[in-house]
Order: sequence, then structure tokens, then C-alpha cells
Amino acid sequence: MPMNPTRKRRLTIVLSILAAAAVAAVLVVVALQNNMNYLLTPSQVQSGQASDYKTFRLGGMVKAGSIQRSKDSLKVTFTVVDAGGAMPVEYTGILPDLFRDNQSVIASGHMDGARFVATEVLAKHDETYMPKELKDAMAKAHANKKIEDAAAAQDKMP
Amino acid sequence: MTPELGQLALILALLLALAQGILPLIGAWRGNRALMAVARPAAAGQAVFVTFAFGILVWAFLHFDFSVQYVADNSNLELPWYYRIAAVWGAHEGSLLLWILILNVWTVALAAFSQKLPEVFASRVLAVMGLIAVGFLAFIIFTSNPFGRLLPMPGDGADLNPVLQDPGMTFHPPVLYTGYVGFSVAFAFAIAGLLGGELEQAWVRWARPWTNVAWAFLTLGIVAGSWWAYAELGWGGWWFWDPVENASFMPWLVGLGLIHAQAITEKRGSLRAWTILLSIFAFSLSLLGTFLVRSGVLTSVHAFASDPRRGVFILAFLTIVVGGSLLLYALRAPRVAGGKAFQLLSRETVLLIGNLMFAVAAAMVLLGTLFPLVGDALNLGRISVGPPYFGFLFPLLMLPVVLLLPFGPFLRWGKGESPMLKQVLLRAGIAAVACAIVAAFFVDGKLKAIAGVASLVWLSVGVLLYAIKRWREVPRGRRYPAEMAGMLLAHLGVGVFIAGVLLSESLSVTSDVRMAPGQTQHIGSYDFRFDGAHRTTGPNWKADQGVVTVTRDGKPVAVMHPQKRTYLRGQVQTESAVDAGIFRDLYVALGEPMDAGNIEGAWSLRLYTKPFVRWIWGGGLLMMLGGFTCAADKRFRLKRAATVREDLVLQETRA
Repeated sequence: MPMNPTRKRRLTIVLSILAAAAVAAVLVVVALQNNMNYLLTPSQVQSGQASDYKTFRLGGMVKAGSIQRSKDSLKVTFTVVDAGGAMPVEYTGILPDLFRDNQSVIASGHMDGARFVATEVLAKHDETYMPKELKDAMAKAHANKKIEDAAAAQDKMP
Repeated sequence: MTPELGQLALILALLLALAQGILPLIGAWRGNRALMAVARPAAAGQAVFVTFAFGILVWAFLHFDFSVQYVADNSNLELPWYYRIAAVWGAHEGSLLLWILILNVWTVALAAFSQKLPEVFASRVLAVMGLIAVGFLAFIIFTSNPFGRLLPMPGDGADLNPVLQDPGMTFHPPVLYTGYVGFSVAFAFAIAGLLGGELEQAWVRWARPWTNVAWAFLTLGIVAGSWWAYAELGWGGWWFWDPVENASFMPWLVGLGLIHAQAITEKRGSLRAWTILLSIFAFSLSLLGTFLVRSGVLTSVHAFASDPRRGVFILAFLTIVVGGSLLLYALRAPRVAGGKAFQLLSRETVLLIGNLMFAVAAAMVLLGTLFPLVGDALNLGRISVGPPYFGFLFPLLMLPVVLLLPFGPFLRWGKGESPMLKQVLLRAGIAAVACAIVAAFFVDGKLKAIAGVASLVWLSVGVLLYAIKRWREVPRGRRYPAEMAGMLLAHLGVGVFIAGVLLSESLSVTSDVRMAPGQTQHIGSYDFRFDGAHRTTGPNWKADQGVVTVTRDGKPVAVMHPQKRTYLRGQVQTESAVDAGIFRDLYVALGEPMDAGNIEGAWSLRLYTKPFVRWIWGGGLLMMLGGFTCAADKRFRLKRAATVREDLVLQETRA
């Protein structure tokens, strides 16, 4: 089939749009793959699910009495627990306003041996903040009562 | 008794909205002028009742009527009166009432200024506005009644979310909503055009200032939100790619495309179908924004509602609006298409590339925002998409826009010529490279900062060259009509914004430190001395207040008072202290006392110096100003049909 100029131009346009779309799709997939953060609970980490990811988010409740601050730096260690597991966490920096015992938190970071080294710690801000999965998993915990009390108190907040 | 009156007013408003939404459509279809004439009075009546309902809610807040559940949930006896007014839109129900109030303001303005539009077209436009109002009023009445009673009446209420108790946050939602809702005008125009099967250039011209105003309000709303996050969240960031921020950013991007697409359609008649499609998407994304923020489907610090019924309602509403309008588009768009052809090298092409980039960027943000929902539905586990995804792709997509932006105004419609472009490329390019080289010495060769300076120079020299060209070639008085002045301002704003982002990101010095009273930290070229903390009180809070004295080379710069507030109901809120400047901000936030019992001892503190951070909002404000200036152009005022034709001819010879 002979190519007249119009047809040729259209073909060029279509091909360049296709090429641009392909490049864009590849970039988006790569960027998504590199930046997907999975949320795991301590028991999931202990059952080995964290080994697939270099960095992930650890979600759970701060174990009462586990918060220990360093005397001369901003280093703090605490333990995050869920129904069936516990995970020591180390963090250097300023903790969020709502961080305290029995508070649900989400820490982003990586495993270093048996410890989780966090680069960011977020505390639950309102009832919608805690992912449902985490809520379900933690509802089974023996600290059931405390969560309900905390949730009820949080629910009253707008 | 009065709260029930508010609810009654909303029900009456719904009935009027139904009349406004249905009767004029039938009238336009049947050619019945009596039915078409219903649109304006119905819109006015609806606005009266909605304003009345809104006033009653404000009154309930001002008079501490805690028998109203919403008032009891969001205010208390100690809350100052201005925050009690702001509390009206402090949570889900009231903010929807604000949404519908703003929709009514837009509708009434539309009804008042559309007298000269053809009757059939105007009544279709008003009817579409009425149908949108039906959806929102029904949503409020059936799922989110702000006037619900709480019995027995409590003696005192809870509290307004402390993060909202800030001047920036009181006017952020109304401004943002004015932007969101403003896109409903372009949407109504698009739907009315599709229904009638024609879209005259003159109508698009008439719609343009409305889109510009809506976009400018949205810009201001986003700037206010960003400023608030910076000042109030206590970690000094200005943008987090948080789902709620993305929710307002997507309609902004599409609206940006729409402004430029409307310019093409108005001046050349081409790309009508694309303009209509963008109108539909801009408004749909505004609705999605409401959905994302208000339904709590995404985990975010902003979402305060979690009633699944509401989610289902908005989802259904969204499906009807998006699905219905896209179906209509598929059926009717071929009929409205048309316009003049253009060559590869022309202003249309450059604007179209910009448009594509904005659309792709909006799609990219949408994908990243909704991906956690998709992942959840497909059982991939709990996923969130990190900010680096957006931070990597967005600049990449905007790079062509920044590179092409100076050329846009120089190109002619239809067919451009290249010598002029080479000149611009040469002059702006040399200026940008020269300034980048000079800047490299001042910023220690930091690439981001150099890129920031280069983009600023590239864009502002481009704007300047065009301003000079107009000055030379066009007689006095016609050099800078409002439309063009607005364009130049907004494009300059892009340069200022990019410079602010890149310079502040690469030159900021951040330090989280532990400080005992009397200790000094050296950050950037400043010395921060912590002078201890003490107790202080406000109208409805107690606080630990730190005192930080900042000096530079021994000379005093500022004394800063960061606070850690505890509100009445026990919510804790960090109030950072900011010493603002054109070239740098100093920023101090209190962390926590190292020994919980002793606030007079050592504290953890966040200390920042943030050079040029203010340029980010300055650039945003310039863009907003550009939008408003454009909208003020006399050319957009509707004239009689005959003069419109003459004007078109005149204007084509001019362009």
C-alpha cells in the first residue's frame, strides 16, 4: 500500500504516542514497585513474611512500660505488640504528639537482626487512621479491653 | 425548635432543586418557555433556603446549642467565637452544608449573569447545576443531617479538632470548596453543550472566566492548606502527597489543562471535544475529592467520617455523574467537534502538549492515590504508595511543560515560525545557563538548587521577553489586556514556585536535637539557644512554651516561642514557631521533655533553616492572581450576538 504524506504523518503521530505511552507505563510500574510499602504486624514479621521486603511498615500497639529513652540523645526503644507477637523497635528522633503506652502506631523502616529500625513513627490520629486489618488482628489480643477503651475515647474526637 | 427549621429548609431546598433540575430540561427539549423560566426563580429560592439552613447552624454554634449532636461534637463553652463559626465546617455534615451553600452562590451568580445567553442553553446549564444540588442535598438529608438532636442535652460539648484551630485552617475549606464547586459551571456548560449538540465559541468564551475563577480559588485553597501543614503539623514539610492533598491536586491539574484548552476552543473552535472531556473530568475529580476526604476509605489523617452508607451514596452519585456524562459524551461529542486545523509548529501544539502532560500527571496521581484500594480489593495485602513515587514521576512529567512554556506566547495560532523561537531559546537559554553557573558557587554545587535557579531564570526571562515584545509592537493601551497580564503573572508564578521548591529542598538544614536550657546549636549560619520552657495558657488550652533565641554572628535575629498545647479534652497539638523572611524561614518545634515530669529540663527540639521556602506559596499566589486577572478581562463579558461575530473576526486578525 503506498504511503501518502497524510497517512505517513498520522502513522508517525500514532507511533510516537504509542512509544510515549510505553515509556510512561514502564516508568510508572518501576516507580510503583519501588515505592510500595506493605503493612505487617509483629506476628507476621515473626512468621517470616518480612523477608521479601527491604523496607516495610510495622503496625501494632506500643507495649505498656516498654518505652525507654536514651539519657543523652534522641534514641528511643519500645516494643510493638499484636495478638501473637512482639517486636522491639529502635528510633532516633522526635516522636509524634499522640505517641504513648497502648497507642496504636505505624513505624516505617527495616529489620536489623531481630530489631526493627524505624525512620518514621506515626501515631493513630483518629478512628479511621488504623487500617481495618490491623484493628481486626489486634482485637483478638488479650489487651482487648484497653483497645476498646482507647477506641471509644478516640471516637469522641472529631 | 430552630434546628428542625433548618432541616425543613433543606427539604424545601431539595424540592426546589428538583424543580430547577428537571423542569427546564423538559422545557428546553419541548420548546416550552414557561418551563424553562422555572430555572432562575427555583435557583434563587433554593439559595434562600440553603442560606437559611446554614445560618441556623451558625446560630446554633454561636449560642452553644448542645442539643444538636453536631454542635456538641465540635464545640464547647471555652471555644472562642471565631473558631465556633469555623467549627461549622469542622467536620463532615457541616462541611457538606458549606459545599451546597457555595454551589448555590455559584448558581445564583450564574443565573444573574447568564441573561444574555440563548434561553435554551442557559436553562440547560442551570438545570445541570440543579441536578448536582439534588444529589448533594439528598446526601445531606438522608445520610449526614447536621441538625440531628442529642438528647438529653449535655452541659458542655466535646471539642473542635485542635489541628483545625488555626487561622489558616478556618478559611482553607471554604476557599478550596469554592474552587471544587466552581468547576461545576464548566461541567454544566459541557453537559448543556452535549445535550443541545452544539457548543458555540462565544459560549466557551463566556464560560472561561468562571473556570479561571474556580481554578484560582482552588489554587488559593491548596496554598492555604500547604501553608497550614507547614505551620501546624510541626515537621516543616509543605506537601506530603497525602491522599487528601492529592484529592485537591487532581482537579487542580485537570483544571489547569481545562483553562488552556478553553482558550484554544474559544479562539480557534478546535479541540471542542477535548475541552468538554476535561470539563467532565475536572468536576468528577472534584467530586472524587469530596469522596476521598469525607468517606474515610483511605487511611489518612484528614478523614473524619467512617460511615459506609455515605461511601455507598457518594460512590453511586459519582458513578451516575461520571458514567452518565461520559455516556452522553460518547453519543454526542462527534456532533460538537469542529474548528480550524493547525500545523505541527503552532501555539495549539504547545498548549496540547501541556494539556497532555497535565492529564497524564493527574492520572499518575490518581493511580498512586487509589492503588491501596485496588491492592486491598485484589488481596495483595495492605499497601501504601510512598511519596517517592510521586516525587519521581511528577517532576519528570512537568519537565517538558517548563521547557516549552516560554515559547507558548510567541507562537501564533495555527502556524508558527521558527526564527522567533530560536531567538527566545538563545536569549532565555543563555541567561539561564549563566545564572546557573553563578549560582553553582553560592549553593556548593547542589544540583537541585542550580536547577531551581535555572528554571526561574528560564521562565522569567521568557515572560520578560514576551512582555518587551508586546511593549515594542503594540500601541499603548492595548499592550497588556487583563487576559495577557494574567497569563504573564501566572507563568512567572510557575518560575517562582519551582525555584522555591528546589532551593528550599536542597538548601534546608534540619536538625532534631536534645537541648538543655542554655545550650546552643549551630544550624546553617544561625545559632539557636534554648532558654528553657515554661507553662502558659490560652482561651481553651494549656501549653508548655519553649523560648529559643536565634542569633547570627552574635547579632540577635529572633526570639521564638514554640508551644506544645494540650486542649480541654486532652488532645495534644504542636504549635511550631516560625520566623518568616523573603529569603529564609527559621522554624522551631518542641518535641517532648526528656524527663516527662520536669518541663524545665532538657527537651527534644526540631530546628530548621529553610531558605526560599516562602517562594513556594508566593509562586502559588502569583498563579492565583494570574487566574483572577485573566477572568477580569472585558473581552469575556457577553455581548449581543452581532458584536460577538465582529469581535471574533477582529480578534482573529489580532492573534
